Amino acid sequence: MEINLPALFGQLLIGLINGSFYALLSLGLAVIFGMLNIINFAHGAQYMMGAFVAYFLLQFAGLNYWWALIVAPVIVGGVGILIERSLLQWLYKLDHLYGLLLTFGLALIIQGLFRHQYGSSGLPYQIPPQLTGVRDLGFTFLPNYRAWVVVFSLVVCFGTWYMIEKTRLGAYLRAATENPTLVRAFGINVPRMITLTYGFGVALAALAGVMAAPIYAVNPTMGADIIIVVFAVVVIGGMGSIMGAIVTGFGLGVVEGLTKYFFPEASNTVIFVIMVIVLVTRPAGLFGRAA
Amino acid sequence: MKLLRTAILSAAMVSAGAAYGQQTVKIGVLNDMAGTYADLAGPGSVIAARMAIEDLGDLTKGWKFEVVGADHQNKPDIGSNVVRQWIDVDKVDVIVDVPTSSVALAVNEIVKEKNKAFLVSGAAASDLTGPRCSPNTVHWTYDTWALANGTGNAIVKTGGDSWFFLTADYAFGHALERDTMAVVNKNGGKVVGSVRHPFPGQDFSSFLLQAQASKAKIIGLANAGADTTNAIKQAAEFGITQKGQNLAGLLVFLTDIHGLGLKTAQGLIFTEAWYWDMNDANRAFAKRFAAANRGVHPSMVHAGVYSSVQHYVKSVIALKSATDGKAVIDHMKANKTKDALFGEGEIRKDGRKIHPMYLFEVKKPEESKGPWDYYKLRATIPANEAFRPLADGKCPLVSG
Repeated sequence: MEINLPALFGQLLIGLINGSFYALLSLGLAVIFGMLNIINFAHGAQYMMGAFVAYFLLQFAGLNYWWALIVAPVIVGGVGILIERSLLQWLYKLDHLYGLLLTFGLALIIQGLFRHQYGSSGLPYQIPPQLTGVRDLGFTFLPNYRAWVVVFSLVVCFGTWYMIEKTRLGAYLRAATENPTLVRAFGINVPRMITLTYGFGVALAALAGVMAAPIYAVNPTMGADIIIVVFAVVVIGGMGSIMGAIVTGFGLGVVEGLTKYFFPEASNTVIFVIMVIVLVTRPAGLFGRAA
Repeated sequence: MKLLRTAILSAAMVSAGAAYGQQTVKIGVLNDMAGTYADLAGPGSVIAARMAIEDLGDLTKGWKFEVVGADHQNKPDIGSNVVRQWIDVDKVDVIVDVPTSSVALAVNEIVKEKNKAFLVSGAAASDLTGPRCSPNTVHWTYDTWALANGTGNAIVKTGGDSWFFLTADYAFGHALERDTMAVVNKNGGKVVGSVRHPFPGQDFSSFLLQAQASKAKIIGLANAGADTTNAIKQAAEFGITQKGQNLAGLLVFLTDIHGLGLKTAQGLIFTEAWYWDMNDANRAFAKRFAAANRGVHPSMVHAGVYSSVQHYVKSVIALKSATDGKAVIDHMKANKTKDALFGEGEIRKDGRKIHPMYLFEVKKPEESKGPWDYYKLRATIPANEAFRPLADGKCPLVSG
């Protein structure tokens, strides 16, 4: 097979764009797992809710895409907080499996409800007028909207990383996961902090959903389709590692993009092949600290 | 003990009496109830099958036609298990719909082995009446050959003579690609390349870039459901149509257009077997159907389920039995079809139901009167040209 360099660069770029969705979603998962020890299987459903809320805001409240970027994560994050308070908080002391099963069940229920109400073929959502159009980069065409997706998710990813790893708030959070009793002794309200962290992780999923709405079909299964890949990303990066989630997210997007170019039939499986190799050689993941 | 025995005996007599007075026929609607094909088939097909029996009215007196539904999740192994259980345990007499060709091809074999009947509406692969044809199967609504013939011909003849295919990587996609390539080549066009994407897919931009680089005039979408809508949406985003390349949606359903919105879908040309807004009978059906299906209007698959079930039921009643699946299918083939939605037609020896196909174009937003008013008719492909000639199918039932 002859290699066409411009086309190859084009595929690399596309990989980077898809990687930004993986990164945003796996970031939320990593935050929730790292801080709460909950494997949040409802993450895909929450991503889907983000996209649907964006549609509702436009349809029923007349709020455009830019508003949706702010409002939808707040609404879905709020739902997340309700879930944490009413259900998840009782599971922290139990095995991971309980959290996984609960959130998996929730995901099925949420998806089922949306499907019952809105069907499976999806709802239309347009690219905001400021970002329509395509840029000719010489080697490929880049839609303005996709460029925005890459830049914006990089900003969000590194903002989150900075907040958790470099700020005082992040230090409290990390301390609270290590030793909640001690942190409470310093007068910090640990349960509230945990609740807000879950809400934040869910809001990240919803944000990714809003960003996906103009380019992917907004339908109830959109989250289920992507969540398995995202879990593989988190496992490869190392469960709970923030930087691991970001770097692996973008990296695997690129690997997948290249596979789509060289051997499209394998593009669905390549990430899982990498996952197997990583688990065999480095069970804690590329960036994970061995327990 | 004696009391118990009497009770069992009398219960057995009662149920035997019921079976004698009223024959029960079970109709199993098998499709994708929750995934990407759930709107174009799904629970709507169960509704359509029930309506079909309801509308036969007095004809079904003394009979009990029971409709059951199940989800095959687009997986051949799951579909096969359901069908085996339905036939062996639940005594289902006929399997209906079964979109997703890979599942339909598996079900096709089981139904033949068990000598039941199979009425295909949702699946597309023309192999079902070709090399894989079966004396127990009728392929009702459409197939890949008819789609390729309708859309491919129309596009090549209006100048779209170089093609690149984006193909769903399973039986249906392969069949649709193969049949369309044949039409393109026959009309003097050429195929410059193709790429097979995993099913179901989400992001098609990599494949679209490859299509763009191929410089083909037409990008043929040999996929369906959310794969097609995602590809169309992303092609618009990449400005592919503005740059002079055109999309050919080879299998597009009403529900897909609804999900895309007219702004993105306008101008798309494709072939279908049935549209709700073509005549009064169709409109009346659509109104009742939508009321039972949360407002969603019927696709051609739903209409096909309705018509095929009616024709099947008529044959069962005429034969006074549904036990011998092949006999029922033979009767269906021997008698002309006639129903409210597809009018008059016939079923060929290879199991192919024959009726006209229609070439539609999606309306511009300003031409549409509201939700579900999406198509305008471009051309009617007469029944005798709409489907693959009997001799070309390599169906063993035909060659003997």
